[in-house]
Amino acid sequence: MKILYFAWLRQRVGAGEETIDLPEDVRSVAGLIDWLKTRGPKYEEAFRDTSAIRVAVNQEFADLDAAIRAGDEVALFPPMTGG
Amino acid sequence: MPVRVQREDFDIGAEVAALTRGRTDIGGIATFQGLVRDTAGDERISAMTLEHYPGMTEKMLGEIEAEARARWPLDATLIIHRYGRLEPGDRIVLVVTASAHRKAAIESCEFLIDWLKTKAPFWKLEEIGAGTQWVAARDSDDEAAARWQEPARAANKAAE
Repeated sequence: MKILYFAWLRQRVGAGEETIDLPEDVRSVAGLIDWLKTRGPKYEEAFRDTSAIRVAVNQEFADLDAAIRAGDEVALFPPMTGG
Repeated sequence: MPVRVQREDFDIGAEVAALTRGRTDIGGIATFQGLVRDTAGDERISAMTLEHYPGMTEKMLGEIEAEARARWPLDATLIIHRYGRLEPGDRIVLVVTASAHRKAAIESCEFLIDWLKTKAPFWKLEEIGAGTQWVAARDSDDEAAARWQEPARAANKAAE
């Protein structure tokens, strides 16, 4: 699975993109975030407040409870500030 | 219809001329051009860097543009959004809408800028003094976008 991070999430995680082997028991974005938080203090810090995090799955906006599968592209980012 | 995400500057006159060249069905053109401001609240910003989600940005701008076309009778549209490092006074975003009638052009232009602020995946990092800070999303932007949640039919009726 490809995971993308943007803005301050990218800075806190320390990478804009990474490829992971999705554990079999992780089936939702929320589950993915919980799993990411076990990977070290940088992830724990980045995902401390999930209310500040927005999600896209395969470039479509999605909720934290959205289902995910190996092969999906999941993007995690703060609220957008374009225009 | 064109949606462009680019690092380069743009020229509003040249863009409008290109969009309307040879067209005699267009009766009105509305444009919105956004510039980088030198203040953020009480703080003075020296520059900002726009980050975006390549691929999804173009897709979302295309969807927003399609929504405008479903709501208003538009003859031509253009959205340009820049990314990268920009300084105060630099152009950042351009929205152009053209229609047979002014109301459709003006309303859809406002709709597009309101919606792209909350639905296009861009993030702004401001340079303030020696430091930087990410711009926080504003409730007023969400409220401006929410105004347009009414059914498409009502907006079309208003455009007649």
